[in-house]
Amino acid sequence: MGSRPVVEGWFSEGEEPALTGSRCTQCGTFAFPKQLAFCSNPHCDCDEIEEASLSRRGTIWSYTNSMYKPPHPYVAGDDFKPYALAAVELEHEKMVIVGQVAAGVAYESLAVGDEVELVIERLFSDDDGDVVTWKWRPVAEGASS
Amino acid sequence: MSDRIVVLGAGMHPWGKWGKSFIEYGVVAAKAALKDAGVAWKDVDFVSGAATMRNGYPGYVPGATFAKALGWNGAQIASSYAACASGVQAIAAARAQLLAGLCDVALVVGSDTTPKGFLAATTDDPDDPNWMRFRAVGATNPSYFGLYARRRMAEHGSTRADFAAVKVKNSRHGLTNPYARYRKAFTKEQVLGAKIVSDPLGLLDICATSDGAAALILCREETAKKFSGNPVTIAGVSTVTPQFPDLWLDMPNFATDSAFAVRTPARSFRDSIARTALEEAGVEPGDLDLAEVYDLSTALELNWYENIGLCEPGGAEAMLHDGQTTHGGSCVVNPSGGLACFGEAVPAQAIAQVCEVAWQLRGDAGDRQVEGARAGVTGNQGLFGHGSSVVLTK
Repeated sequence: MGSRPVVEGWFSEGEEPALTGSRCTQCGTFAFPKQLAFCSNPHCDCDEIEEASLSRRGTIWSYTNSMYKPPHPYVAGDDFKPYALAAVELEHEKMVIVGQVAAGVAYESLAVGDEVELVIERLFSDDDGDVVTWKWRPVAEGASS
Repeated sequence: MSDRIVVLGAGMHPWGKWGKSFIEYGVVAAKAALKDAGVAWKDVDFVSGAATMRNGYPGYVPGATFAKALGWNGAQIASSYAACASGVQAIAAARAQLLAGLCDVALVVGSDTTPKGFLAATTDDPDDPNWMRFRAVGATNPSYFGLYARRRMAEHGSTRADFAAVKVKNSRHGLTNPYARYRKAFTKEQVLGAKIVSDPLGLLDICATSDGAAALILCREETAKKFSGNPVTIAGVSTVTPQFPDLWLDMPNFATDSAFAVRTPARSFRDSIARTALEEAGVEPGDLDLAEVYDLSTALELNWYENIGLCEPGGAEAMLHDGQTTHGGSCVVNPSGGLACFGEAVPAQAIAQVCEVAWQLRGDAGDRQVEGARAGVTGNQGLFGHGSSVVLTK
């Protein structure tokens, strides 16, 4: 059984996965999720917007966790495990994007300002296999970028 | 024609979990507001309803729903939806009709029933970001509140004990409010000892969801003279949206705007919400005697102090601990008890905020009365970029 993304077209997989956003070809404004029909900058009347792979690394703007099982359509199964969330600031795109924190990361180790990178990980499993999503994982100190 | 619009009457159905139809709650609130204003239903010629997404079609068309429930009288209607800001959209719609001279007496109503636990997606549509945020990320409402609270701790050195002190204050404010659902004084230890929902926020830091309804009678100042109600002036109304780029991670978004091409606006969205209404009113933040703000979480109430302009960024904790936002202080925040004592009834809440400020300015707030109150503001934000604020003056 293979894995499939929780939503089509929002991220790339492979060795260097990235979120797939959009970028205005005129003013450079980014958006996530991608919006290809218009630019959200009110001073820009460009309608040529291209897909853009967003920066894989950023710094934690804030973080929290979910200690209670969220409602549908979150799929928790019978063995709900609390998870952490991080809102991450991308320096180049100058925006903040939220995602879960990668499994196995000690919540107590998180701190605002820490560097994280994007990974694709299992979110839940069903009869057809694993469903994966984007998550943020702290970059080990001293790791090369 | 005077361009001064007044609140002539205010009414509520008590907040709680009553297991009845939202229509029943709304009718109770509407009749209470009519009675408070000394206005007969037959004299209402505009009904402005705040919509709910949790009660089927009648919830989408509250103007007609409540006009029918009160007995069709031929009034013109409007229905507004703006998530938590729906109530102020309904007030703004009624005010515009009155200012244009298109109606004489307007009834504004908001009412809701809510599920136990988390507010959830209201559609099963993967194209709805309010669905996908639960599916792909598990981002509940409290998790956004947790992100804001943790950000505040990082920016200003706030602590969980600071947040707990907000709950302690609000639980005392609402102790005898007959419309409040939770009338129990909490200690700091109880708040800090409650189970964590979304760190750093525990069960007692986060507001519950409730059934409830609130209603207002609005008219022009000269029309009010025909009735027995005690009018309070609506001096400013704000339904502002953000200015690009909005760099606050608004619920239910996955991302903020990008500031790649345009720098941060001079005024952030949250700062613009109440200040826009204050500027229309010509009221300075320092002139405010009370504020009813959306304490979806304890931490978020502190942000409001700064967003309204009661203090500089980072000054809210000192204001709170100094007693400036409770009775005897410079600006009593959430004298009703706030969402901490009510729990949120989405389309009713912004209207309930205005009810409380109106009663306070009239001197009718009983033993939660703010001494000598002459000016008050409400503050609230609805998801998808809805600002909501009303300034009332005596």
